[in-house]
Amino acid sequence: MAKKHKPRVKAPKTASPGEVMEIKTLISHEMESGQRKDRKTGELIPRQIINRFECKYNGETVFSADMHPAISANPYMAFYVKAGESGELEFLWHDDNGDVYSHSQKLEVA
Amino acid sequence: MTFKTIAIALAVGSLAGGAALVASYGSSAADKSGIPYRDGEYETVEAPEGSPLSELISGYYFRTPETRELQDDDFMNPAFIWMEQGAELWSTVEGEAGESCASCHEDVEASMKGVGASYPKYHEASGKLINLEQRINLCRTESMQAEPWKWESDELLGMTAYVRHQSKGMPVNVSIEGPAAPFFEKGKDFYYQRRGQLDMACATCHEVNYGMYIRADLLSQGQSNGFPTYRLKWQKLGSLHRRFRGCNRQVRAVPYANGSDEYVNLELYLAWRGQGLPVETPAVRQ
Repeated sequence: MAKKHKPRVKAPKTASPGEVMEIKTLISHEMESGQRKDRKTGELIPRQIINRFECKYNGETVFSADMHPAISANPYMAFYVKAGESGELEFLWHDDNGDVYSHSQKLEVA
Repeated sequence: MTFKTIAIALAVGSLAGGAALVASYGSSAADKSGIPYRDGEYETVEAPEGSPLSELISGYYFRTPETRELQDDDFMNPAFIWMEQGAELWSTVEGEAGESCASCHEDVEASMKGVGASYPKYHEASGKLINLEQRINLCRTESMQAEPWKWESDELLGMTAYVRHQSKGMPVNVSIEGPAAPFFEKGKDFYYQRRGQLDMACATCHEVNYGMYIRADLLSQGQSNGFPTYRLKWQKLGSLHRRFRGCNRQVRAVPYANGSDEYVNLELYLAWRGQGLPVETPAVRQ
């Protein structure tokens, strides 16, 4: 299940100009640190984590975070964004294996 | 429910320049009472008749404010990843009978309300006590003619949490009478049986010493009202039996198998020890 890497985002659909919006995100991910050993074979389990999270607002990065192996599984990220123009919020999670999981939603500013 | 506040006085002791932590209770200090996490307020529920505990306190109040915050917000609570999977599986048709959970039980909110609070229950056909996980798998093998889910699989955890969540806030209400009585007695014996190289029983920590620290960990009453629970240590949702196995291993005893009769009996006894506590599934613990 955790292999599906399903993003969850809680962000407002509408906002007034200049409003500071709280945005909450969570993605299911095992965040394998690369330091654990396989119990049966004794071999190291290769590292696989989300190493970067980004939030883009109309194409411009308004929030980003670099993550390292000590971040726990299913990372939760909450931050604030100031509403400007109507447009699109895009959320990107960059996996070590090169995959990018994304979620986008419209924001109406009036 | 009653609210209590514990006042904590921090006194700088003269002993080796160290600080001594002194706690005093809001109500009668003579009561054997827990010391929940240091910020003070907690709720109690009256213990059922015959209970060795003077009051019931959910494990929630033994955890830090940060951990509680995770549980309080359904979005922040990582257990909801599994809950969502449970919701999907509820209406997923599987097995030769071509049925899903929803085929018989329809709307989960109506049909499963209160169900999770009443397990484990006596199952007539097998003459045994079964818990919620086993009930779900019985539905799968008998009604749906599908493969049972493995214990501790994401599917079984998700479905168990999803079903029990429908009883959230309702008091734990198990039957310990009639056919369930002998199982209850066995569970009680297990609870007080010392085991392992450390020669400790469940009661050693969770009845005699709850509210005390065992090294860096604050001992709770060991209540089961939040299971399946997201443990930060596990970084995933886990069953009550997984927790039992962990406890048994910690006292250096050989744990029983998940779903064993011993653990199901213990589950019933433990549920009764928390009879009346609100169901918190899926809870978050440390």
